[in-house]
Amino acid sequence: MEGFFLAVTLALCVTILLSLYRGVFGPTVFDRIIGAGFIGTKTIIVLLCMGLIYDRIDMFIDLALAYSILNFIGTLIVSKYFIRKGAR
Amino acid sequence: MIAGLFFFMTATIGFLRFPDFYTRMHATAKGDTLGTLLFVVGLALYTLHHGLHWFGIVNGIKLISIAVFWFLASPTATHALLRSALESDLVPWTKDGKVMLTWPPKRKTK
Repeated sequence: MEGFFLAVTLALCVTILLSLYRGVFGPTVFDRIIGAGFIGTKTIIVLLCMGLIYDRIDMFIDLALAYSILNFIGTLIVSKYFIRKGAR
Repeated sequence: MIAGLFFFMTATIGFLRFPDFYTRMHATAKGDTLGTLLFVVGLALYTLHHGLHWFGIVNGIKLISIAVFWFLASPTATHALLRSALESDLVPWTKDGKVMLTWPPKRKTK
């Protein structure tokens, strides 16, 4: 079963790289914000898979929960900050 | 879990291929939420594979709490981002280049 989790982690790393492209070269600011949030979401899943691979799921669950809360708050605050700063 | 991975893949393809900010946000928000939900619930079932031990039950409850929190938080964050994008005059993409939606919405005057 560890091989399955390793494969899932590798596939998610590929998708993280693909969405990092849009995050770096995104035409507007909001594209970059979505890219950051999307990468953060996939990082949560990668953390959970790492916890199952290392057999320390109890520690990595707390890390993933804290990371999801941080990602949510960060996206909210950044989206409020960029309202009138101009989109282009 | 495989279904969750599939939704992550489709969300990434949509994120790369769609022409506009709003359509990209549509793709990522839905794919993200559903993928996370399916994957985390699948992991919560997998932590019970040693039998009903208290350790697996506590981990399963924590994983379900992550899923519930993210299922509430991701649409909220997407909505706030969409609102701020509309308020900063980012025009939605249409096929023939016409502007179909303006912000703030015009009041109908008599």
